[in-house]
Amino acid sequence: MKKNIRLSLAAASCALLGSQLAIAEDKHDVGEWDVSAALLFYSEPDRVNATEPVISAKKQLDTDETLSLKLTLDTLTGASASGALPSNQPQTFTSPSGGSIGTTSAGDTPLDDSFKDTRVAVNAAWEKPISKDLTMVLGGNFSTEYDYTSFAVNSSFAKDINNGNTTLMTGLSLGMDMIKPVDGKPIPFATMQAGRDYGGNSDSVKDGSDDTKSLVDVIVGVTQVIDENSLFQLNYSLSSSSGYLTDPYKIISVVDPVTGATLFQNGAQSDLPTAVYENRPDSRLKHSVFGQYKRYLGGDVLDTSYRFMVDDWDITSHTVDVHYRWKFADTQYLQPHVRVYQQSAADFYTPFFVNGQQPTAGDKSAEASADYRLGEFMAYTIGLEYGQDNPSNSWSVAVEYYLQTGDEPAQAFGELKNQELYPDVDALMLRIVYDF
Amino acid sequence: MTIHKLGIAIAISGLLSACSSMGVDPWQRQNLAKPEMALDSSPLTSALDDHIYFSKEASSGGRSFGGGGCGCN
Repeated sequence: MKKNIRLSLAAASCALLGSQLAIAEDKHDVGEWDVSAALLFYSEPDRVNATEPVISAKKQLDTDETLSLKLTLDTLTGASASGALPSNQPQTFTSPSGGSIGTTSAGDTPLDDSFKDTRVAVNAAWEKPISKDLTMVLGGNFSTEYDYTSFAVNSSFAKDINNGNTTLMTGLSLGMDMIKPVDGKPIPFATMQAGRDYGGNSDSVKDGSDDTKSLVDVIVGVTQVIDENSLFQLNYSLSSSSGYLTDPYKIISVVDPVTGATLFQNGAQSDLPTAVYENRPDSRLKHSVFGQYKRYLGGDVLDTSYRFMVDDWDITSHTVDVHYRWKFADTQYLQPHVRVYQQSAADFYTPFFVNGQQPTAGDKSAEASADYRLGEFMAYTIGLEYGQDNPSNSWSVAVEYYLQTGDEPAQAFGELKNQELYPDVDALMLRIVYDF
Repeated sequence: MTIHKLGIAIAISGLLSACSSMGVDPWQRQNLAKPEMALDSSPLTSALDDHIYFSKEASSGGRSFGGGGCGCN
């Protein structure tokens, strides 16, 4: 069948398992290309909209040797939360390029609508058997967008033991990302200044430089056949990133210590609220344990997974994911999907600063971010996919709904209690996949 | 950290010894060999999902490399 396009490391172990588990139907003739395409529409009401076409192709170089290539385009429009809080007065922020972002009405969450970005990503993977039971995968990734470029190379090995019932896998990925914020990195905790529209000089709080971050990922895993109808996978991964991990466009509101109201202290622009640029630690170490169990149930397939993640930012997360593929009419299926995600907050997460408690501008040793993605929240996904597996082609279409919800911050007081500080975020997704 | 490493070592060796008693013969694998029983049976879907969750949440990876490669987080 054409569905097994093995671009990912995890898929490498799985693919090896697949090859050991027989079967002629999983093979292509040498020299043949296997092409798949996907299209994702992603929409958050009033926020981000994304369209993401993907095309991938795998060439069968030899009996068990393949070359896989994938091209992804990611077109974003809309707005994302800047980190600033809603206020009882209208707020007009300075855009990253020094202009103004449209005025946020009183009571609304400030959004940064200045981004419009297209990201291009290319992935390549070469899979080759080294010996009878050992397979190697070498891969590379490159992606670029107007303020961000990323390179990564990876290598992994999968070894079959126990008559092909057990596959051991290990892999290493090394990455380097280059961040080029518009007008350079902001100075940590510097107060946002009025833009040129108001005769201000917002560049005075930017240091004008670019920066980098490096990523090292190590993964080990085991895949095991349990019986004729079920198997599981268990992975441990360690992910280390270091360098510039701050979001250069995120800010933190400063509120009055008595009233809790957002401060407006800019002389040049009276509706510019007082807000400072965030600063995150310059390193992060994550541990993840991922387990997956699949069971064949007379034509249907149950697919469940759980992931536990903990890092040195004090974030822990739990993710449970369940798919049930219900086969009917021989070649068709319906697949409901449920995902539940829960994370705790980073230890430097703060929804706002009380005036006087914000670190001094330029203090790189202090760490704080109001990015809601570093807060404590739950997220739920429900989806339904319909697909057809035909001999010459296969396709599927899926609709998914995603909801992120968290509690209001306990430290809210005064005017802050009148505002919605941690609004829900939801998204609707439509995904189409076609295997040629 | 040492306790963590010891725990992981015990878990892995336990799993491997447990694994050695599991499994089937080659002629019993027709269901396991079906494409929909591959652990990542739709890699394009997995990659799209991973990218969405990477940009909306503080966790990534697990199934494969956590990676980066995007200014979205």
